[in-house]
Amino acid sequence: MTDITSQTQAALAAIATATSLEALEAQRLDALGKKGWVSLALKTLGGMSPEERAVAAPAIQTARAEIAAALDARKAALETAELEARLARETLDLTLPAHAAPKGSVHPVSQVMDELAEIFADLGFAVATGPEIEDDWHNFTALNMDETHPARAMHDTFYFPDKTAEGREVLLRTHTSPVQIRAMQEHGAPLRIIAPGRVYRSDSDATHTPMFHQIEGLVIDKDIHLGHLKWTLETFLKAFFEREDIVLRLRPSYFPFTEPSVEIDVGYAMEGGRRIVGGSGDEPGHAWMEVLGSGMVNRRVIAAAGLDPDEWQGFAFGTGVDRLAQLKYGMNDLRAFFDGDPRWLAHYGFSPFDQPTLSAGVGART
Amino acid sequence: MKFALTWLKDHLETTATVGEICDALNAIGLEVEGVEDPATRLAGFRIAHVLTAARHPDADKLQVLTVDTGDGEPLQVVCGAPNARAGMKGVLGLPGAVVPANGMVLRKSAIRGVESNGMMCSVRELELGEDHDGIIELPDDAPVGARFADYHGASPVIEVAVTPNRPDCMGVYGIARDLAAKGLGTLKPIAIPAFAERGDCPVEIRTDDPEGCPAFYGRVITGVTNGTSPDWLQARLKSAGQRPISLLVDLTNYLMLGFGRPAHIYDLAKLSGAVVARRARAGEQVLALNEKTYTLDDSMVVIADDAQVHDVAGIMGGEDSGVSETTTDVLLEIAYFDPVRIGATGRKLGLASDARIRFERGVDPDFLDDGLDLLTGLIVELAGGTPTETVRAGSPPSNAKVIAFDPGLTLRLGGLDVAESEQKRILESLGFSVGDGWQVSCPLRRHDIEGAADLVEEVVRIYGLDKVASVALPRVEGVARPTATPQQKQERGLRRATAASGLNEAVTWSFLPEWAAEHFAADDQALWLLANPISEDLKAMRPSLLPGLLMAAKRNADRGASGSRLFEIGRRYFRGQAGLSDERPTLGIVLAGEKTQRGWQTGKAKTFDAYDAKALALELLEAAGAPVGNLMVMGEAGAQFHPGQSGTLRLGPKTVLARFGMVHPATLKVFDVDGPIAAVELFLDAIPARKNAAFARPGFTPPALQAVTRDFAFLVPEALAAGDLVRGVQGADKAAITAVRVFDVFAGQGVPEGYKSLALEVTLQPGEASFKDSDLKTIAEKIVAAAAKQGGELRG
Repeated sequence: MTDITSQTQAALAAIATATSLEALEAQRLDALGKKGWVSLALKTLGGMSPEERAVAAPAIQTARAEIAAALDARKAALETAELEARLARETLDLTLPAHAAPKGSVHPVSQVMDELAEIFADLGFAVATGPEIEDDWHNFTALNMDETHPARAMHDTFYFPDKTAEGREVLLRTHTSPVQIRAMQEHGAPLRIIAPGRVYRSDSDATHTPMFHQIEGLVIDKDIHLGHLKWTLETFLKAFFEREDIVLRLRPSYFPFTEPSVEIDVGYAMEGGRRIVGGSGDEPGHAWMEVLGSGMVNRRVIAAAGLDPDEWQGFAFGTGVDRLAQLKYGMNDLRAFFDGDPRWLAHYGFSPFDQPTLSAGVGART
Repeated sequence: MKFALTWLKDHLETTATVGEICDALNAIGLEVEGVEDPATRLAGFRIAHVLTAARHPDADKLQVLTVDTGDGEPLQVVCGAPNARAGMKGVLGLPGAVVPANGMVLRKSAIRGVESNGMMCSVRELELGEDHDGIIELPDDAPVGARFADYHGASPVIEVAVTPNRPDCMGVYGIARDLAAKGLGTLKPIAIPAFAERGDCPVEIRTDDPEGCPAFYGRVITGVTNGTSPDWLQARLKSAGQRPISLLVDLTNYLMLGFGRPAHIYDLAKLSGAVVARRARAGEQVLALNEKTYTLDDSMVVIADDAQVHDVAGIMGGEDSGVSETTTDVLLEIAYFDPVRIGATGRKLGLASDARIRFERGVDPDFLDDGLDLLTGLIVELAGGTPTETVRAGSPPSNAKVIAFDPGLTLRLGGLDVAESEQKRILESLGFSVGDGWQVSCPLRRHDIEGAADLVEEVVRIYGLDKVASVALPRVEGVARPTATPQQKQERGLRRATAASGLNEAVTWSFLPEWAAEHFAADDQALWLLANPISEDLKAMRPSLLPGLLMAAKRNADRGASGSRLFEIGRRYFRGQAGLSDERPTLGIVLAGEKTQRGWQTGKAKTFDAYDAKALALELLEAAGAPVGNLMVMGEAGAQFHPGQSGTLRLGPKTVLARFGMVHPATLKVFDVDGPIAAVELFLDAIPARKNAAFARPGFTPPALQAVTRDFAFLVPEALAAGDLVRGVQGADKAAITAVRVFDVFAGQGVPEGYKSLALEVTLQPGEASFKDSDLKTIAEKIVAAAAKQGGELRG
């Protein structure tokens, strides 16, 4: 008995001080291996009397269990130590730079056009398009600017030397308004469209570029009047700037293609050198700025597009997309819009995941 | 239009302030572009009393004055004016004041060693006149110390933008009429000074072109004295930005600016024979008042006598018959010209004038006699002389337009409920007459009124657009319906997919320098070239999106950028049917400079290669909804691409959906930009529309049995396209083979000269039952046979 007890104590001591898995294995073989002393002791039980066995067996089983548990515990400890040592060796300098995937961007003009499409879709407007190389009938005549109309000369038009098969002048559209004509011709009435796109004027200075972007809106229906126009523009500007304090000032004006014609001013304040839209222009520290041209569609235009002006009426409006982008997102140099400088595009452009939605608000804040 | 407030008040009895008048002008459609208050320009100038004047110790022409400014100690001021003397009263600019004439800020200073605390000013320095012979001398009763601006009584000047439909407001009187209608005051009748007519007009006046010049009225005044205009006249003209010239000229300008009525005065001594309005003869010339000679054609109307053309009718008078200081006898001309012809003539000659702008928009046909009498009366009053009776040739349009108006339209179109009595009042105050049953007769001066909508505008603008209440557009029940077309959805998705691939969206000009467009034009393509480009750099409509992006990449490189990854979605411009354009939606990509920077992990910087371009082309075509599984890689990307490192992606042999690859070194040279540069162009118009697109996908359950992969290495001729081998292998057993992927390409040691080794990983998907060894053996044999057809030999 004392023999087993002392052997067990010796084995446990050896296990506790084993410094490697190999040494531990040697201890296991020495005690629990096929020829280990515990295994051999177990074999002696068969030759014992029942009385002897009743005393010896529990002692041997206890020794085996104690040694097995000690082996497992020591093995786990040694493995943990080894893993820790390996991990310590694998330490990286994580202040070193990681690989960065290039970030792309969406141009502010595209972003704003998507915002406008989203807002107006909720109001039931579809997006219509038309050619940029237009004929003078669609760009002028159908819009109540015949050849002798003084307004035609004021449009700074780019012309091509070509003529269409019908003998019309070919030009770069000076506004998105010809899309009104094409949309009415194609879809008839009732109609609600916006038409964003590139337009061209032979004008170039600090605030004008020979190419820029406009958006046109058109509603043709019955019983549509100036009150609907005002509501639509108010609603649109509130959604676009995501603020409720938008105040409009309507001023009588003149466009050949609308009658009555209305210029739309919006109130703003100067904050940090920037125009911040909101509030009445008559409030202290505020002023008005022109943002949209609009009016009730001239009956000649409705007739030119093939609809009966006694049956249908409606309103149209137009504004600059680049300008809306500038007002909302604060870039001031129009020429930079068309430069393709990645630094500018990265700063003023938008994440591809800034897809405008009504639920999130159409704008993207930084 | 600019005018002084005092001028407006000549015609409008009002107590309104400048602010109220400006608000009203904006409200009725006469947009205020600015208000200039001369009082602000004269801030810091005070009335001063010169107490003493003594010679400057060190300068003969200077005096040292002590002046009283009303408060505090008298100031010492050095002055060079010869008329400066003790006892006089003048105008002193104090330190801090800005001299209007030259913008100089006055400071306390020392002049030749003598302290000076301001400046005594001349008329010219304060921009009140031309006189610069001495300092201003004010009457003895001028209040010392008062602000000179208050004493001078300078009137604010208002500038309004008059829209082209309102020539009747291109005179102060018309603006006064509109303001009176708005309720800002009472319009005064035009005061025509009385004069006595004596005798017939000695000059024969005719119009030989009743279409171009329907009416030509005239009158002679003999014995006038042309001199300088009185102050009131000069002040009014100056407020309008018009320089006073001489009394007679100033009076015609006064008639034009005050009443929107151009007229002309000839020096009778310089005319011979009848004065006739007629068409010019082709090639006839006239020396105009701007001292330029114009060559005329037979579409233009002129005023001529027996000897020569004197006047481009309605646009500009002639130098040879203008009035001068010595003029004593004059012929007044007041005429009505066809607006369209005036506009056409002005555009042809490139000649702009205040008269043209009024005539081409339409002057008041009802203001010929009154206009002539007003001019006559003013001349007789101010320049003396004896007028003859009026002689009239032809007659101006006199049929007033009558519109059957429904006052209910104001609500239906204008959204404003205005009482009929108020509508009537507004129309009548603007000169319309409202007859029985709302038959509205329009004043002749309102050329812009065409129909009922115009009357609605008149009522609404005077009643107040600010009173229009917002009314919601009717909307469909429930959630708004989608409106975007498939093309719009494609473009929006593609834009964001491209940006998500790490590219920056650019917007570049639609027009290019001709050389850049020509370089990218197809052989048979006739470019769209502008007839009147703003510069040679913006002349030809782009046939490709790549040149504009290459030019941007060059600018960026020149600015020191390490690279540009740019894309643009826009149109290419081609010729279409019937002389119209064919504009095709396109995605262009340019990848220039560094793809990856040098790095501690990656080593040297890497540039873009043709496979970067290919990967983007395929990824983005898929994003655009193209059937990328069916595309073939073919050649002929275009002469702008590296012939061996570019390709096209086609759906069938003819439908090119995209081109991609490395830009040709010759193209890089033409665009003066360093390479290598990779480029992609996606032709969105060529992508077939998805048919029968539906929400529900085809049924699919991931296969229960695991796929197996087998590797094969084939020795193939060097020239064999890997894609051909892959396609051949793919077809070896269409049921089992789900993917074939090249994972190694090798030539060199162990591979015979003229050959390369292509290693393929073939994925096999079992169907109902797992592959048996015999199945796999059969498939492998089919693969080897299919490869052999392409010239491939299995490597051992």
